[in-house]
Amino acid sequence: MKYTFKGGIHPYEGKELTMDKEVIECLPKKEVVYPLSQHIGAPATPIVKKGDKVLAGQLIAEAGGFVSANIHASVSGTVKVIEPRLTSSGSKVNSIVIDNDNQYESVSFVPCDKPLSELTRDEIINAIKAAGVVGMGGAGFPTHVKLSPKNADEIDTIIINGSECEPYLTSDYRRLMDEPEKVIEGLKIALALFPGAKGIIAVEDNKPKAIEMLREKLAGDSDITVNKMKTKYPEGAERQLIYANTGRYINSKMLPADAGCIVHNVDTAYAIYEAVREGKPLTKRLVTVSGDAIETPCNFNVPTGTSYEELIEMAGGFKGTPKKIIAGGPMMGKAIYSLDQPVTKSSSAILCLSKDEAAEYEPSSCIRCGRCVSVCPGRVMPNQLARLATANDFDGFLENNGMECCECGCCSYVCPARRPLTQVIAGTRKLVLANKKK
Amino acid sequence: MDIIAVVIAAAVVGVVGILAGVLLGVASEKFKVDVDEKEIQIRELLPGNNCGGCGYPGCDGLAAAIAKGEAAPSGCPVGGEQVASAIAAIVGGDVSSARFVANVKCAGNCEKAKDAYEYAGPKDCKFASNAPGGGPKSCAYGCLGYGSCKKVCQFGAIEIVNGIAHIDKDKCKACGMCVVECPRHIIEMIPYEAEAVVECNSKDFGKDVKASCQAGCIGCGICQKNCPEGAITVDNHLAVIDYDKCTGCGTCKEKCPVKIIS
Repeated sequence: MKYTFKGGIHPYEGKELTMDKEVIECLPKKEVVYPLSQHIGAPATPIVKKGDKVLAGQLIAEAGGFVSANIHASVSGTVKVIEPRLTSSGSKVNSIVIDNDNQYESVSFVPCDKPLSELTRDEIINAIKAAGVVGMGGAGFPTHVKLSPKNADEIDTIIINGSECEPYLTSDYRRLMDEPEKVIEGLKIALALFPGAKGIIAVEDNKPKAIEMLREKLAGDSDITVNKMKTKYPEGAERQLIYANTGRYINSKMLPADAGCIVHNVDTAYAIYEAVREGKPLTKRLVTVSGDAIETPCNFNVPTGTSYEELIEMAGGFKGTPKKIIAGGPMMGKAIYSLDQPVTKSSSAILCLSKDEAAEYEPSSCIRCGRCVSVCPGRVMPNQLARLATANDFDGFLENNGMECCECGCCSYVCPARRPLTQVIAGTRKLVLANKKK
Repeated sequence: MDIIAVVIAAAVVGVVGILAGVLLGVASEKFKVDVDEKEIQIRELLPGNNCGGCGYPGCDGLAAAIAKGEAAPSGCPVGGEQVASAIAAIVGGDVSSARFVANVKCAGNCEKAKDAYEYAGPKDCKFASNAPGGGPKSCAYGCLGYGSCKKVCQFGAIEIVNGIAHIDKDKCKACGMCVVECPRHIIEMIPYEAEAVVECNSKDFGKDVKASCQAGCIGCGICQKNCPEGAITVDNHLAVIDYDKCTGCGTCKEKCPVKIIS
């Protein structure tokens, strides 16, 4: 049986470009930049100043509140300056800039060999918090907060999201194939926090090798199952993933914990393992560098703070002139206009495309075909919402459940009239949220 | 035909009519809602566009508020001095004669401020401001030029010329709809007679302003130092003019090294 949800689309996958290539270790040569907001919540507070010498793995900024995360240096060097720098969100964020001394001297980490049953809840949460682990699928929600829900005794399912439904992205797949034991151990650590909870590793069926390998490794384990998901976008979106695996609905006002679920990315599970078992902070992540305008598409194990420019150089540079560069996947990633920005804890990919297919056609009038409605995984009516949004009718937008849109982009993808539905709805959602705060 | 039946029917209808008339007459006296005479008079004086520029739900709302004394007689930005003085004659009170107009704090047109990238999304400032960097313009504070303000202006006072919004001072009724609509908040109300206007909204450092636009305030503070009235303050690397103090002497225009005060 394949787990799935209603709606969704089947875009070109492009995963074969990087899927079976070995991960390349990447060491940045130039300056590295650590934005103080790499996560959802309060920005971190810097605890180093200009001229300080830092080592790889050293804490350089402390969490600025409960919903916030520590930031560690990923290379050794001296602090050059603390100033606003461009990030992939497109705006400038206060960042610590470190002049890399190319020595890569590291602080020593204290491993922990205690069996899981002897580790207390606080020990685990504190280790994860100290390591600055955040959700590495894109949103960057601090993991220690996710693992401390108000209704901890109601959590019965922890899902490791290995579906990786965004086209081109293969970093989670590489992590699963290369370090399955560590990912599984990461899940077991998370499960240890919630007695009685079951683990699910959800993998799309376009990665049969990963499913087979995980099932072999987990044979005889009654707590963790490997679910084969139907290959479809957005199978890996949190709400759709929870529905597909457990049949529970959540809406925009709920957290996954309200449905008794916690969802972690594959790389996050790996980071949990490293934080708890090896005492290592989160300073590296897997990044897919792909697209038809890249000389040698591949996955890289990148220290955070490395600039996109260096990463692209390491992938052999551009093949021809790229027309569009996207930070993240092609469906939900953000187009970027400068390569002078760093890899953060939640950057999953850099995609360089030789054609901007999204901008090739002029939008025309809606022909009322309803295809956007039939693919919308959020069960809203994108055509109606876009009409209300362009007419500035915010009340109507709310009445039609505009806030349930997850901005996955399916509606714009299928629209035969090429209307920018997602962009219009996303813009209005942002305005409504901003008005609410006032 | 029986003539009596006709008479009875006529009598019944007549009596019911008289009864209903008496009842309605009594009810209209007993359940009377007091309507302020002033309110009706004021409502007749107001322009009746129902633009909402005053902040009340249409002209009826403003008329009620003025009659109750909650709003000033000059509450209607569209009617201007003429309407305000006519209303003041009814309710009393002062009429400030100042006329305001909207002003776009940006002079970074297509030549002076380049786009950082090619934007392919919906051509509307509201949605473009959701694009990376808050829109394609290299300056994160300037006018995007997709004309959201033009769309909401009921008086045809706004035109997009060479990538930035221009306001026709004489057509502008200062209703304030554009001020609310602009996602970058670069439209402000200034006195009609204002002699000096800072045509920039950038709160960046001078170096960053220079990098993104040739028509930006670099926050050097020369205008502040030279203003004889002390009407200019440089706050967040941007000159701001206090029109209560400004006499329109023109010193700032002369001294500004980047010529963004006009």
